Amino acid sequence: MSKAKDEILHRIQSALKEVPADEKREDVAVNREYIQKGNLSGEELVTLFVERSGEYQATVKRIKKEELKDEISKACDRHKAIKMVIPAGFKTDWLPDLLEPQFDDSGAPLSHDELDQLDGVISTCALAVAQTGTIILDAGAGQGRRVLSLLPDYHLCIVREDQIVETVPEGFAGVSDQVKKEGRPITFISGPSATSDIELNRVEGVHGPRKLDILVVGG
Amino acid sequence: MSRQTPTFQETADAYLNNTQLRENLGHATHTIRDKRADIVGEMPDWEHLREAGNKLKKRVMRHLDSYLLQLEASVQEAGGHVHWARDAEEANDIITGLVKQQQVDEVVKVKSITTDEIKLNEALKKEGIQALETDLAELIVQLAEDEPSHILVPAIHKNRKEIRDLFREKLNNKELTDRPEDLAEAARLYLRKKFLSAKVGISGANFGVADTGTIAVVESEGNGRMCTTLPETLITVMGIEKLIPTWQDFEVFMQLLPRSSTAERMNPYNSFWTGVTPGDGPQEFHLVLLDNGRTNVLADEVGRQTLNCIRCSACLNVCPVYERTGGHAYHSVYPGPIGAILTPQLKGIEDDGAASLPYASSLCGACYEVCPVKIDIPKVLVHLRGKIVDEKKRNGSLKAKLDPEHVGLKLMAQAFKNSKRYERAQKLAQTGQNIFVKDGKISSLPGYLSGWSAMRDLKPIPKETFREWWRNRNE
Amino acid sequence: MRISLFITCFNDTLFPETGKAMVRLLERLGHTVDFPFEQTCCGQMHYNTGYQEEAIPLVRKFIDVFGDAEYIVAPSASCVAMIHEFYPKVAERSGDAQLAKEVEEIIPKVYELSQFLVDELGIEDVGAYYPHKVTFHPTCHSIRMLHVGDAPLKLLRKVKGLELEELPGALECCGFGGTFAVKNADTSMAMLSDKMKNIESTGAKACTSIDNSCLMHIGGGLSRKGSDTKAVHLAEILASTEENQ
Repeated sequence: MSKAKDEILHRIQSALKEVPADEKREDVAVNREYIQKGNLSGEELVTLFVERSGEYQATVKRIKKEELKDEISKACDRHKAIKMVIPAGFKTDWLPDLLEPQFDDSGAPLSHDELDQLDGVISTCALAVAQTGTIILDAGAGQGRRVLSLLPDYHLCIVREDQIVETVPEGFAGVSDQVKKEGRPITFISGPSATSDIELNRVEGVHGPRKLDILVVGG
Repeated sequence: MSRQTPTFQETADAYLNNTQLRENLGHATHTIRDKRADIVGEMPDWEHLREAGNKLKKRVMRHLDSYLLQLEASVQEAGGHVHWARDAEEANDIITGLVKQQQVDEVVKVKSITTDEIKLNEALKKEGIQALETDLAELIVQLAEDEPSHILVPAIHKNRKEIRDLFREKLNNKELTDRPEDLAEAARLYLRKKFLSAKVGISGANFGVADTGTIAVVESEGNGRMCTTLPETLITVMGIEKLIPTWQDFEVFMQLLPRSSTAERMNPYNSFWTGVTPGDGPQEFHLVLLDNGRTNVLADEVGRQTLNCIRCSACLNVCPVYERTGGHAYHSVYPGPIGAILTPQLKGIEDDGAASLPYASSLCGACYEVCPVKIDIPKVLVHLRGKIVDEKKRNGSLKAKLDPEHVGLKLMAQAFKNSKRYERAQKLAQTGQNIFVKDGKISSLPGYLSGWSAMRDLKPIPKETFREWWRNRNE
Repeated sequence: MRISLFITCFNDTLFPETGKAMVRLLERLGHTVDFPFEQTCCGQMHYNTGYQEEAIPLVRKFIDVFGDAEYIVAPSASCVAMIHEFYPKVAERSGDAQLAKEVEEIIPKVYELSQFLVDELGIEDVGAYYPHKVTFHPTCHSIRMLHVGDAPLKLLRKVKGLELEELPGALECCGFGGTFAVKNADTSMAMLSDKMKNIESTGAKACTSIDNSCLMHIGGGLSRKGSDTKAVHLAEILASTEENQ
């Protein structure tokens, strides 16, 4: 054991001398009386997500599954985005023909400089939290490495209606296995990059993507 | 012998007279205060969340040794390295050594008060390593060669015109306007190049999870994601109190923190990483666990709750003292009410500056009301005042013991013990005040009390006390 | 009902009119007021400034003087808050288990005046008359430690002739804070300036409250400014009637 570790642990033990030796962690009771599971479902849940994520200056649109390809095309058009990063596992039949997809796969990952030059990224997500308008990425299929949704200035994220949960506790529970079993990195995204550092005025866009579009896909 | 920092009283006056600062701060704190109240107000279970947050932290503190060992094991199992640092110097040595191994002379940093606390940037500089702050406000402070004045918004004391002038000069951007959008854009362009070439990133940690080894960084701008994702090596410095027991507990803290801090339902970005992920992000991860006085705080049963702090800064934003003086008057990287209790416990009350901080409060209690982890700041302030006075009685200099407040309170304590003595003291004060009474009021007092009369009149003590009236009435 | 008056040292010495008003008011409401002469000070100033050892004999004294009382009522929210919040701490420090027990027993019997009237006696209309424009400053300790809520406002709303003006930024501290007002006089004054601005913006003739310590600070500032607004304790307003105007 390192000397420092030894000494810090010793300091802690002497600082806690009033704590009974047989006290267990759980003896300090934690009452989880807060709301863990929401009570919204279906339409109300989707509406809440659309409303809350929209409040962060993200552009949010509800669409049907069969409109997906067309809507991706329209969204990219609006941002004049052609060279789009496509994470491994993303369904290619959703991709519009005019796009120049830049595939990132583990065998041949795109370099940081390459990513920096591209117009945007299209990804799916692991979950979405309605109460806070948050999308959660777990680096799974269709989402890829963390850097993909970070360097390009435009992020188009596809959320299935059945991926929306109501509360923050449900969001954390939903990716718990990915962390515990696989140690995957988790990223919460709530609107585009922002800062309030100047006179506490919120400004969209500093280092992360300055434009965030969300397509909420039903049916 | 510890270094003596200036006292709060000595410094506050200069800041109080800075009208630009007062205006910037008043505007900023009131804006965020109102927003916080709204966003917290929409949570029907807020009090339950506060209570759970408080208890989870209490659980961690009472079993800190076992939780730290669990965290260490989890991080190592996930492919990370764990280092232990007893104090700032040891932490800086570890970090500097790790950076030098990578043979770089520049590192990118996420805003971290813990690294400010240990003066990491200075330590790196001595070894020829430039630490680049990437948070917009920290960048402003770094470019201005200034000190942070707020936990969350370190450049809260500067307005947009001041920032524009700074960027015009330091980022060599002569045409820059003072629109916040343009200022942010200037920072984006300047830092993007740096992020792409950085080999080493340094971060603090908002939370470390004992059972999974996950570290969390909570932020808005994306610079945190850049620093924790792009470099090949990531070094995270974490105070030993930043632990939470399990992944599930984020469901409490990640509701409490954003709403209390930036008054948002959720802040734009939260990064949670667990050791090293092959093919994604840094392939070398070091976690430095820092004590640097925290175990002293732990040893004080009343003061211990200070370690619950999740650095949201809600207490600063509601504090009527902080609002007027700003953060610099506290002479610490931890300003405001939380700083007033944390700094003296970390530094020790032998330092005059640190010992003045528990008195930099009117005990109004607004801080406790908003604290998301229910730190009873006023109670800890009063507790620390008690320790300071006890220390003065034991080891104080003759000068300290002849201090008028000390003498006055001792004398009054004697008088209050017995109602006869107390009545005599009342009479004495009635007579004694006569030389100060003019036109039915007291407008000037000497010495210790002059602070009062400089700006406030004092009503003279009436001829008849209440008890005299009662006695006469019933005779 | 027999009510023991805890006048507090501050009011006894500096604001006897408040005590007299309380006696008039409670007697008018048909109660018997008792004033134990042995009382002195609750110890708040000592305790809050750090002279906590010195507070121990004062707590003992308070128990000796008021131990047998049925209702103990004081015109000061901060002194009552001291008893409720910190007396157990002082007793703990003394290491005297008997004192701790006595403190625990006495706490529920100690009331601040407005709380006593509204919450204990259930009265809001005390038959007062005060034909002036008044604004109310809720003191920090009354709100955040003692939780008196809007008891004082309920009483004020029922005063005949009184025009109640809402105070902007009411919940913000006035800057008194005991020895804080002297130790950090400039910061204290910066806080008071904003409070005075808000008070004067209401156009009220009187700013009232339930603690003369904050009122001494506010009144002292207003007096120095040459303001027409006076600081008046709530008890004095409630004691006023058409006869004694």
